[in-house]
Amino acid sequence: MEWLKDVVNFLSNPTIFFTGAVVLWVLIMKYYRIWTAPKFIKTVTILSVIALGAALFDPNFAKEALKPDNVPIWIMIYSVGFFFWLAMRRGLLNDDLMAEGLPNLEKQESDKRVYTWPDLVYSELICMVLFTAFLVGWSVILKAPLEDPANAGVTPAIAKAPWYFLGLQEILVYYDPWMAGVILPGLIVVGLIAMPYFDMNPKGNGYYTIKERFWALWVWGFGFVVLWIALIFLGTFMRGPGWNFFGPFEYWDSHKVVALANINLSEIVWVQLFNIGLPSNILVRESVGIILTVLYMSVIPPLLAKTFLKKLYEEMGLVRYSLMIVLVLIMASLPIKMYLRWSFNLKYIVSIPEYMFNL
Amino acid sequence: MNPLKKLWNYVTDTQVWKSIFRHGTPDNPRDQSLAVLSNVALHLHPVKTRKSGVRMSFTWCMGGLTFFIFLVESVTGILLMFYYRPTLEFAYNDIIALREHVPLGILREIHRWGAHSMVITVWLHMFRVFMTGSYKPPREFNWGVGVILLVLTMLLSFTGYLLPWDQLAIWAITVGANMGAATPFAGVEGPGTMLLKIGDISLVHSGNDAKFGLLAGRFIGEATLLRFYVLHCIALPFVAAMLIAVHFWRVRKDGGISGPL
Repeated sequence: MEWLKDVVNFLSNPTIFFTGAVVLWVLIMKYYRIWTAPKFIKTVTILSVIALGAALFDPNFAKEALKPDNVPIWIMIYSVGFFFWLAMRRGLLNDDLMAEGLPNLEKQESDKRVYTWPDLVYSELICMVLFTAFLVGWSVILKAPLEDPANAGVTPAIAKAPWYFLGLQEILVYYDPWMAGVILPGLIVVGLIAMPYFDMNPKGNGYYTIKERFWALWVWGFGFVVLWIALIFLGTFMRGPGWNFFGPFEYWDSHKVVALANINLSEIVWVQLFNIGLPSNILVRESVGIILTVLYMSVIPPLLAKTFLKKLYEEMGLVRYSLMIVLVLIMASLPIKMYLRWSFNLKYIVSIPEYMFNL
Repeated sequence: MNPLKKLWNYVTDTQVWKSIFRHGTPDNPRDQSLAVLSNVALHLHPVKTRKSGVRMSFTWCMGGLTFFIFLVESVTGILLMFYYRPTLEFAYNDIIALREHVPLGILREIHRWGAHSMVITVWLHMFRVFMTGSYKPPREFNWGVGVILLVLTMLLSFTGYLLPWDQLAIWAITVGANMGAATPFAGVEGPGTMLLKIGDISLVHSGNDAKFGLLAGRFIGEATLLRFYVLHCIALPFVAAMLIAVHFWRVRKDGGISGPL
């Protein structure tokens, strides 16, 4: 069994874990016809529960996995998984129906009206009763955690935000607090609110479908499943003391020391490449990073508008398109920065600590 | 006649019953309509609903559950307020007392796991709304209201996290509060902040920046506890309740549970 644990520990390394999540997402969205089959998903669920159960015999894994405050994450992962399956399944069924020129599942019934009492209020009542039973059961089994009294003088080995923020805390590895803690969360909210005004596809309104809005599902799902949920998982279960990486079966050693070999782009350019030392003028020193950033934000949008996104650009118009593409590019900058860090140890693209501006 | 049936008939025939329920047994269209119309909670619903919209496999009931959990949190929260004092002297001990002195007590557990559940149900509700494209016209605005409600849910959870005043609480809030210090132009460690000065005097410093505003002080202390307590128990639920009203009202005005046009 030890070798299997070692393999899992190795595969959980942020680089491999995140790459795996991205690849898995691409496959999920490509081969949904296969995995939405009830038989397939049942098998996967059973296997995953068995694997999880077996993993719990490992004390290091069980310690974090069964922490009372981490239990909701398992509930979240399984429920998001189930409902994602359900939505894709219904989307697929609808797509098949519509391909044959038949009304989709919702359309078949949407013109019929039923009395709210009893058809709706009874389902609601049943939901409430079942959920109450579930919540009471959960509360009886698991005590709410309470640690030692607050003491600002005793720093814990690791300070973690509540689990639903751990995706953002994980981003802190790649971005400075002003980006990871302020700008990015702010833009997530802005982007979500703006989304209905960006998505001008009139189809797929009020029913499940995949084909009619494939790329909307793809991009949004990538943000939700890979950049949000997978990073929460990583931040909770694979980040130990000092926010160092630990495999799921590894002991969280608070003395683990990881060499910090990250360097700024300016150092790569001026010191390693040209071998002349950092220029004293800030703008000259950071010129390469600034130019790259400006190019990224200003050249890619028109380029895409002329090529891959030509149709989208024509539909959306200049203002809508620009606002959307800026948000998408900022979202895409996260995986880009992650890979730059992993492949070149790149710390900051633009680093102006004099004004606390690091990108 | 069945004696239970007889009793039922007697009770439903009294003046008291009739003064409360202004309709007969909802087993016919008229009384089914009245049951919904004449009840303040149920009249959030229309009398009739799209058949596709009452399917659990369509709505997942996540929006409804979220509201239900909001009510559960309100009730358990009010009960907890009877036993909890937000001061350095009492906060932690009051939680201990709840744990140690109440046989079989699960009040705090219900409140805490309910809060975690609510975060999850809000996400799932949004996920359903996204997957059915229900944010599309005419529901764009209500989606935006929903996003604000998502933020409020997470802020409610976040502010509640500090109240037990244990190590878990203050260090989790420390992580969050340090982000406040990094706010551009408004946090003492944020980019651009040091540009804001008149002569040699910084306009934004650790005594008035965003982190200070969040914590009511330079560090987490008693003032922070009170601030988070008021936010958690009064301010945020108040705003959330207002927006929930708007959210529900707009669901109805925008055509009820979404369905194919």
